Amino acid sequence: MSRIKELFQTKKNILSIYYTAGYPGLNDTVQIAETLEQSGADLLEIGFPYSDPVADGPTIQASSKQSLDQGMTLKLLFEQLKDLRKKVSIPVLLMGYVNPVLQFGVENFCKACVEVGVDGCIVPDLPMAEYEALYQGIFEGNGLSNIFLVTPQTSTERIHKIDGLSNGFIYLLSSSATTGQNLQVSEGTESYFSRIADMKLKNPTMIGFGIDSKETFDKACEYANGAIIGSAFVKALDANDLNGSVKTFMQKFKG
Amino acid sequence: MNYFVNEKGYFGDFGGAYIPEMLYPNVEELRQNYLKIIGDESFQKEFHQLLKDYVGRPSPLYLAKRLSQKYNANIFLKREDLNHTGAHKINNTIGQILLAERLGKKRIIAETGAGQHGVATATVCALRGLECVVYMGEIDIQRQAPNVARMKMLGAKVVPATSGSKTLKDATNEAMRDWINNPIDTHYIIGSVVGPHPYPDMVAIFQSIISEETKKQLIEQTGNDQPDYVLACVGGGSNAMGMFYHFIDDEKVKLIAVEAGGRGVDTGFSAATTFLGKEGVLHGSRSILMQTEDGQVVEPHSVSAGLDYPGIGPQHAHLFKTGRGEYVSITDDEALQAGLLLTQMEGIIPAIESAHALAYLEKMSFKGGENVVVCLSGRGDKDMDTYMKYFNL
Ligand SMILES: Cc1ncc(COP(=O)(O)O)c(C=O)c1O
Repeated sequence: MSRIKELFQTKKNILSIYYTAGYPGLNDTVQIAETLEQSGADLLEIGFPYSDPVADGPTIQASSKQSLDQGMTLKLLFEQLKDLRKKVSIPVLLMGYVNPVLQFGVENFCKACVEVGVDGCIVPDLPMAEYEALYQGIFEGNGLSNIFLVTPQTSTERIHKIDGLSNGFIYLLSSSATTGQNLQVSEGTESYFSRIADMKLKNPTMIGFGIDSKETFDKACEYANGAIIGSAFVKALDANDLNGSVKTFMQKFKG
Repeated sequence: MNYFVNEKGYFGDFGGAYIPEMLYPNVEELRQNYLKIIGDESFQKEFHQLLKDYVGRPSPLYLAKRLSQKYNANIFLKREDLNHTGAHKINNTIGQILLAERLGKKRIIAETGAGQHGVATATVCALRGLECVVYMGEIDIQRQAPNVARMKMLGAKVVPATSGSKTLKDATNEAMRDWINNPIDTHYIIGSVVGPHPYPDMVAIFQSIISEETKKQLIEQTGNDQPDYVLACVGGGSNAMGMFYHFIDDEKVKLIAVEAGGRGVDTGFSAATTFLGKEGVLHGSRSILMQTEDGQVVEPHSVSAGLDYPGIGPQHAHLFKTGRGEYVSITDDEALQAGLLLTQMEGIIPAIESAHALAYLEKMSFKGGENVVVCLSGRGDKDMDTYMKYFNL
C-alpha cells in the first residue's frame, strides 16, 4: 500500500507541514524533514521554489526567492533528497509550479520523484484539463499521486470530477486566497466545509491556507482528515537554531 | 494552417489556461461568456460608439512622405498615438470594461508597464464609475512618473510591485494575486495578448480594430488593401496582434514583429523573447519565455517599460514557430535614434516602444513602391525624460 493511503487509513487529525526547499539554508532541506518527523509531523510538502509564485503570499515568496538566490534548482533538490528514505519514513510530496517541471521534463520529473521516494505532487498551476490530457498517464504510470486544490468557489460538479482524478487526498483551501493569510472560520467557510464533508468523496481531504495555531488546526480537523500548515511554519524557521525552531513550533500542535 | 485559437484555447502548441484553481471560476466565467457578449449587438453598438466619440477612432493612416523618401517605399503610420490617452491600449480597456459591466463586476484591477495600460484602465474606470487598482513595478513607477500622476488623478490606486525585477512581470504577478484574493466582484483587465485563455484571443479581438481600419484606409489611399509589410513592436504583443489580425490569413502580407533587444541580444540585458526564450508557461499560458535551464523566469531589460517583459503572447509564439511572422529585434540605442528621426522628419514624437518598430525600417531594403504599414502604437510624452537624458536635450 502506498505511504499516503496507509497514513489516511490509520490516522486522524493529520498534521501536514509545508516548507520551501533550500530555506533558510540551501542544504537544510532534509534536516528539516527529519526534525519534523521526529516532532510529530504526519506528512510533508516540500516546495521547490519558482521565480513567479502567483498563488503565494509574501512569506513563501520571500523563502522561494532566498532559496533560488542560494542556488536551488530542481536538479539540486533531487540530489539533496537522494538519501531521504534512509532518514524519513512519513509520506513526502513535492509542491511547486509547472514551468520548472516542464523544463525538467515531466517524465524525468516523475522518475526522479520515485527514485528518491517522493509519494506525490501538488502543482497548483497545472489545471485538471491539461493534467488529464497530457500528464495523468505519466504520473499514474510511475505510481505518483497528484493532489488537486478545491476552493469555496469550486462547483460541486467540478469537485466530483477532481475526486475522480485524485489518488491521494484533496486539498481544500479555506478561502480563495494566496498563501499566508489567517483562517477566518466564518459561517460561509463552515457551510463550505460541511458541504464537502457531505459529498462523501472517495478521497480524504486536508484543509490548508491560513492555518497558524492549534485552534485553527483543531477547527479544520472537525471537517477534514487533517490540515496543512505552510507560511506560519516557514515564518517560524530560525537559521541560527534550525532544529530548535522546528521543535518549538511543533510543540504548539502536538503538545 | 489555422493561426487563430481553437476550441481548447490553444494556438497550435501554445495557449491554454495554466492557472491555480482559485482563478478557475473567474477565468471560466469569462471563457464561457466572452464571445457571446462581444457578439451581442448592443455590445458592438456601445463599443463602436465609444471608440468613435470617446477614443477618436478611426485613427488616421498617415503616409509619411519624408520617411517614405528616405526608405524608398510608401511608409504608412497607423496613428494609435492619436487615440485618447495616447496609445492603442484604450481599444482593449474600452472592450473589457463593457464586458466587465455585463458580467456584473464592481472592481477593476490591472497591471501596467509603461503606465499606458494603467492610464487606459483608470480612464475607462473613471468613465464608468468603477473602482480601479493598478499594479506597477517599483522601477516603472520611477521611470514613468507622468503616467503614475495621471492614474492617480483619474482616481485609481497605484500599488507598487516590489518583488523580482520590479517591472511588468512582477506587476502581473501582483494583479493575479489580487484576483485570487478577490474571486467574486473583481475583473482583471489584462493589458496585452497574454494570460490564460480567453485573454489572448479576447484582447486580440478588441485590438483587431487597428487592422480592420487599416485595410479600409489602404483601399481609400492606394486602391489596394494588401500592404507588402506590416510592422509592430512586441511587448506582450497586443498592438502587433491588432495590426496583424486581418492580414494573418493573407500570406502575401509579411508580418514583422519587433522585439526589444535591450543593450543587445547577447549582452544579458535584453527582452528579445524569441531569440532568448524557450517554450514554457508564464502567467497562465504556454508560450515562449526567457528562462533558465531550471525553468526560472529571467529578468528582462529594455529601455522601454512597455516592452520589458520576458514573454510574448501565445498567438505570437504560434506565428513565430510556424514562420508566419518574422520576429526581429532592435536595441535600445537603435530605438531611441529612430524616435528622434521620426520626430525631426515628421514632427511626431513616438513612444519608445513604437520607435522599435520604426527602427527596423533602417534594416529593410526596398525596391521602391512597396506599401509598408508601421503601427505607431503610442506617443512619446511619457518618455520625454528618457529622450532628454539620452540626447542631452
Ligand atoms: C505605446 C506602447 N506600445 C507598445 C506597448 C507594448 O505592449 P503590446 O506588445 O501589448 O502592444 C506598450 C505597453 O505599455 C505601449 O505603451
